[in-house]
Amino acid sequence: MTEHVLEARGLTKRYGHVVAMDDCHFDLRPGEILAVIGDNGAGKSTLIKALTGAVIPDTGSISVNGQEVQFRSPLDARRAGIETVYQELGVAPALDITQNLYLGREQRRKGILGSVFRKLDKASMRHGSARQMADLGIRVQSIRQKVETLSGGQRQAVAVARVAAWATSVVIMDEPTAALGVRETNQVLKLIERVRENGLPVVLISHNMPNVFQVADRIHIHRLGRRIAVVEPAHTTMEEAVAVMTGAKSPESLQTDGGTA
Amino acid sequence: MTSAPPREIDAALLEQEEDRGGGVRALLGNQVAGPLAALVLAIIIFGLTTSTFLNAGNLSLIATQSVVVGTLALGQTLIILTAGIDLANGAIMVLASVVIGNLATDGNALLALAAGVLVCVVMGGLNGVLIARFSLPPFIVTLGMLSVLSAVARLYTDSQSYPINSDLLTVLNRGLTVGGVTITYGVLLWIGLTAVLGYALTQTAWGSHVYAVGDNRVAAALTGIKVKRVLLSVYLTAAVVYAFAAWQALGRTPTADPSGYATANLDSITAVVIGGTSLFGGRGGVVGTFIGALIVTVLANGLTQAGIDSLYQQVATGVLVVIAVAVDHFVRTRQTR
Repeated sequence: MTEHVLEARGLTKRYGHVVAMDDCHFDLRPGEILAVIGDNGAGKSTLIKALTGAVIPDTGSISVNGQEVQFRSPLDARRAGIETVYQELGVAPALDITQNLYLGREQRRKGILGSVFRKLDKASMRHGSARQMADLGIRVQSIRQKVETLSGGQRQAVAVARVAAWATSVVIMDEPTAALGVRETNQVLKLIERVRENGLPVVLISHNMPNVFQVADRIHIHRLGRRIAVVEPAHTTMEEAVAVMTGAKSPESLQTDGGTA
Repeated sequence: MTSAPPREIDAALLEQEEDRGGGVRALLGNQVAGPLAALVLAIIIFGLTTSTFLNAGNLSLIATQSVVVGTLALGQTLIILTAGIDLANGAIMVLASVVIGNLATDGNALLALAAGVLVCVVMGGLNGVLIARFSLPPFIVTLGMLSVLSAVARLYTDSQSYPINSDLLTVLNRGLTVGGVTITYGVLLWIGLTAVLGYALTQTAWGSHVYAVGDNRVAAALTGIKVKRVLLSVYLTAAVVYAFAAWQALGRTPTADPSGYATANLDSITAVVIGGTSLFGGRGGVVGTFIGALIVTVLANGLTQAGIDSLYQQVATGVLVVIAVAVDHFVRTRQTR
């Protein structure tokens, strides 16, 4: 069995009598793009929140690189190397690209300038962000551009670049293309593949089946608070995946991969 | 689309950065250009139309007359950068100055000054806790504080004013005389505060966090910035700046009067807005505010020199405020779509 970068076993979460997660399993393999699909209300976002520390599950365990972890807050997940891109609200438009990439993680000058005068090392941060943008193939005129001067796709690219720069184990993307047009969506999908090429596994939550089938290595199908199947795009059609996701078809009829519930 | 994007750092990206480095530019940013142009234009116009305006003594007087509202406006800038507003800054300053005046009447002036700082920090801290910790709207919190503190200042003094005759408390109105022109210590202090705050805003992580909190609070929180802590630190820093403003005020008019500076809060907001800082947060800076405060005084002084009714100064200031807000609105909507 493959060592999993991120693994969850038997997660349960109840809100009163509503069961948001019901003995839910989750596996992410090294270097893959794993799509998570599910109908509205299936509990995808509760699962993602549990994996990013925003929700504390009632029962079950989560492991990162084989080490069991207890996330009490999003900061704990971040410390474990898990970074998240959100649908929107991810960037500060009046700040420039470098400031956005290093927001909350600014580097200070060495020596007395940094320790006493708290002076930022802007040259080093600019260099780092130029390197990061180049590594991901994101084209901008200058890393000193304010983010508000960028297109929607480029702004989301900046959000992805920040997350990819700081994540050491996993990048989670929650509907990263929901607010984008077709062309910009393709830019972001290319970027997701680039993140994987650079060695980070990606969890992609999306409603857009063509997108999911375009980039995912495996697809985690979520229904009624649990994983009911994991399939590969190569062996499954979009219609089958949607049918299973909505309950029109039973998961046993699919050629699955990587375990079921 | 992007065919085989380069792995090497794009040379252009770095060239841009080498060209543009430089602390002065970073400190000024590009938002200062508009206010600076307006200031220079006003000085040129008054210099050409009056014979007395461009006299060194008059220019030094303009700087001296700007220090109280100018210093208050520096604190106001920090708060407005976080998309907040402080309607109580004048009242906090007045309360501090009457406390200083009372304690200095038959006590140690230095201790009185320290008590004034304490008053500012406690009141500013109270604003900060209500706004940061309890997420109450800054407009309402500081409006309430304005009402309370204006009354408290009168109750505390029994509506009397205290004459100030301590050297320490009035020292800021004295200064260095170079070639017959006096630059007051108050003006130097104002410049120094602008430099220190400008440095903190543009050269430290704290400054980036202040801008980020004002620009997109949700995104700032998601990156791990402790938004409430940043907000509280801003209100406390502004409060310390208000204490300097109280000291400046005692130098300017050596009387601690509970009914003085009644419009200083709005005047400080005027200076901030004319200086190019956005009321929506995240854009602007203290150098712009410094220039904004000078513009207001230059208009008042220049129109007086030109023999024009001083009411026109209010007209001109109002027009400038609307222009500044319109420019900011244009900048934000054009780029955010």
